[in-house]
Amino acid sequence: MGLGRDEMDKSVSEDFLRLKQQVVQFIEQDLEPVHLQVEESAEIPEHLVDKMRRLGLFGLSIPRDYGGLGLTTLEEILIYEEITKTNACFRSRIGTSNGIGSMGILYDGTEEQKRRYLPRVASGEWTAAFALTEPDAGSDAANISTQAVLDGDSWVLNGTKQFITNADTAQFFTTIAVTDETKGASGGVTAFIVERDAPGFVVGPADVKMGLKGSHTHELVFKDCRVPAENVIGGMARVGQGFKTAMRVLDKGRLSMGACAVGAAQKVLDLCVERVQRELASGMAKADLQAEMFALADMATQLYAARQMLYSTAIKKDEGRNVTQEASMTKIFCTEMASRIAGLAMDSFGEEGILTRSRIEIFLRDVRLYRIYEGTSEIQRIIVSRNLLKNSRSRA
Amino acid sequence: MLPGPGARKEKNVDIVVLLKQVPATESLIQVADDGVSIKTEELKWVINPYDEFAVEEALRIREAQGGSVTVLSVGTDKAVEAIRTALAMGADTGVLVNDPAALGKGALATARVLAAAVKQIPFDLVIAGQRAVDADQFQVGPAVAEYLRIPNVSMVIKTELLDGSIRCHRTIEGGTVVVESPLPMLFTTQRGLNEPRYASLPGIMKAKKKPLETKTLADFGLDAGALEGPTARIRALSPPAERGGGRIIEGESAAEKAAALVKALHEEAKVI
Ligand SMILES: Cc1cc2nc3c(=O)[nH]c(=O)nc-3n(C[C@H](O)[C@H](O)[C@H](O)COP(=O)(O)OP(=O)(O)OC[C@H]3O[C@@H](n4cnc5c(N)ncnc54)[C@H](O)[C@@H]3O)c2cc1C
Repeated sequence: MGLGRDEMDKSVSEDFLRLKQQVVQFIEQDLEPVHLQVEESAEIPEHLVDKMRRLGLFGLSIPRDYGGLGLTTLEEILIYEEITKTNACFRSRIGTSNGIGSMGILYDGTEEQKRRYLPRVASGEWTAAFALTEPDAGSDAANISTQAVLDGDSWVLNGTKQFITNADTAQFFTTIAVTDETKGASGGVTAFIVERDAPGFVVGPADVKMGLKGSHTHELVFKDCRVPAENVIGGMARVGQGFKTAMRVLDKGRLSMGACAVGAAQKVLDLCVERVQRELASGMAKADLQAEMFALADMATQLYAARQMLYSTAIKKDEGRNVTQEASMTKIFCTEMASRIAGLAMDSFGEEGILTRSRIEIFLRDVRLYRIYEGTSEIQRIIVSRNLLKNSRSRA
Repeated sequence: MLPGPGARKEKNVDIVVLLKQVPATESLIQVADDGVSIKTEELKWVINPYDEFAVEEALRIREAQGGSVTVLSVGTDKAVEAIRTALAMGADTGVLVNDPAALGKGALATARVLAAAVKQIPFDLVIAGQRAVDADQFQVGPAVAEYLRIPNVSMVIKTELLDGSIRCHRTIEGGTVVVESPLPMLFTTQRGLNEPRYASLPGIMKAKKKPLETKTLADFGLDAGALEGPTARIRALSPPAERGGGRIIEGESAAEKAAALVKALHEEAKVI
């Protein structure tokens, strides 16, 4: 079975297609017309966030028992692919909350935690964020130094996190901290739920970034920040298991990043096709546009390959298979493909493309960030190559 | 005091929305080989936009007053899609009259079928689009009211529900009039009445479980022979003439070109 977009539509339910159609209509009528305004103001207008809530977009992958839509990985990816054809920050606003921010609770939380947080995330009432990265611990996440010490019936947190997406709007943060320095990542790290109003918790000013301008990242400071003892994700029994929770959360994020890259690349390709059509319509000869025509072919070919990886990995994941290796390869290929396509598009748009806030310029900056967060390309290569060595050793 | 879940509000209003599925307005319309109909294979089908206003208004009235919203359509299997979309927006039940004998007989016959179907549903209010954007006849809504022997108000841009009656603001040339009508009554929608909501994603999932009945003329005691054929017959269809190419105003300088343009707009196009 080929896995082009239309074929894929045939392998999901009719219900889902109706849902996707509704999302596409929302994107075209409400989001796309303001994509530039959002880029310039670096803010998503609140009435649009409200519309996203009413549509149910904040509950894509939260199970129906907790008020979400319970989409499969493949279905969620098809939605992200659509929504990243417009300004990328719309996806961040939804996907961080409905993704890395709340998935730790879904995977490892107690029933009580799930009931308290997930329905509010699904309705969009509460936004969730994920706080792992620190000034001295990015790729090397095991190197975090934020401390949590049990004192009576509360944990006391001290430390600094940075680059935390949606920290301005989040009501709670899935926060990863060290609870036993002697043990390191396996056994010494714990995942907590820190609510915004916790005493001793401060959100710093927004970072000024080269891309994803409408999606804000911030520094977080924990200064003798107290959270109730029961705020350990999964309860006291899971003290020391937080690194596993964090890694599982990030595992899932890799495919979402792939989908964002594919959506953006598709839009860039569409813009390039339109441009060549315009040139032809205005009397240019095909022979004079050969470089542009070949670029179109290269873009489409790479995009097609990326999409196959993305869809088939998502399907495997939905079948319950372990896709750690495939997800890392997919993240590398899709995000690097999107950067290449944006670069090729810049070549063919020329001066029209380099103008600040031209469509291509925005995509070029935004897709670059996909190669960094939720595990950089280099870190994915480490994962993939180590797996290769491990597997060949076990075969020998 | 707010009524608890499931409690009946005092002023429950039962509403029937008449809904037609039509080709999307952005579709490329092509005349079929018979010369009197259009090609339908490639078309994208949507809820008639004026009927979307009707669904939205019904939902708003139900949300404020309590009651129920039933969506009623005459159409083929395809129309299920449109009814499901209305159910996903929040309507409670759907009824599709799917009978070859009810189709293609013109606006009055459609209105008779709809009126017969409405009679079987308890209602206080019927809301219809002022017209369907396919044939643009403006007939079905008022004709249904006539068959039901209830008042009709057309082109409504605002409603206020009163005790046992409804106040409707309707557009007329150059202004609006405010009319009051006792219930039950029928009104048709005008652009500006409201902004239809999107079907929410959870709503789409729930819509599948909502009741959607399919009926034929026999269910209303109508037999096909009772529906006279269309009173007007289409002899030929042709697409509108294609727009001619633009004209480029020539001139030595910007000022000269502007002067020539003003002259052309004034004397030829007569727009200034
Ligand atoms: C837009 C955006 C949003 C973010 N949102 C969040 C969030 O919500 N929550 C959160 O916790 N974090 C978030 N981050 C942080 C992100 O996860 C980190 O930036 C990422 O993990 C990389 O860490 P770093 O920036 O410290 O870079 P470093 O780890 O310092 O890496 C610098 C460079 O060195 C390379 N490198 C590092 N180690 C190796 C190695 N062993 N071998 C080869 N190369 C290596 C990296 O690939 C990279 O190119 C976000 C980042 C961005 C850009």
